[in-house]
Amino acid sequence: MRVTNHMTLEFPSLSRNESFARQAVAAFALQAGDWTVQELDEITTAISEAVTNAIIHGYENEEGTVRIRANILDDRGVEVFVEDDGIGIPDVAQAREPMFTTKSEQERTGMGFSFMESFMDELEVTSTPSKGTVVRMVKWLAPAHHALS
Amino acid sequence: MHLEMELKKRVLIVRLTGELDHHSADSLRKAVEQELDKEVANTVLLSLDGLTFMDSSGLGVILGRYRRLNQAGGKMAACNLKPQVQRIFELSGLTRIMNIYRTEIDALERL
Repeated sequence: MRVTNHMTLEFPSLSRNESFARQAVAAFALQAGDWTVQELDEITTAISEAVTNAIIHGYENEEGTVRIRANILDDRGVEVFVEDDGIGIPDVAQAREPMFTTKSEQERTGMGFSFMESFMDELEVTSTPSKGTVVRMVKWLAPAHHALS
Repeated sequence: MHLEMELKKRVLIVRLTGELDHHSADSLRKAVEQELDKEVANTVLLSLDGLTFMDSSGLGVILGRYRRLNQAGGKMAACNLKPQVQRIFELSGLTRIMNIYRTEIDALERL
């Protein structure tokens, strides 16, 4: 898969950056082609979930750096990595189960990974305890509008 | 996110504008809790015409208030959902536990 364009974003783990991050990635993703409004909403929501996880779970609301790397793939899709150097996830499979949360007292729903999974075409979570977590997501343009472009 | 509240009889109308995420969730939680603590409202109507974005953090605040109302015998409803918000409501099952109305007027007639 050829990368036709890429970008990197780095910002402190402040909740006010969540909106900025999801909108920046969605704006970059536009280069892959004509997404529908719904598809762009899906990308925005998935990024919001991953960034929020990095801030709340990775860094437990302490100071840290969140990195986003994004690639436009052969102009047909977007690949996004959301990375933190936080505490890591001890059991990724468990964390990905719908409604599993370690922070129910903070009204966390455990739906973050479920939304990422539903809204993107690929989701990979790699985590090393006390080193950090990398969430890789890919979304492809639907073949129908690809053929139109 | 901008928040505006109005009490009509025992219905607390919560009008949200902007984006409801982890960053804005706390202010919504505090504001609605403060109103519910007065023990006047027994129903919350989320009026979401101006809400352009919501993620699982927003869902958490809504579910938290839903549980409180439910335990006290009250209820929660929502109206004017934009497509992205509607999607989150559907995927999470919120549409199965609360009534969704098209407009505020519709909702107020039926609540």
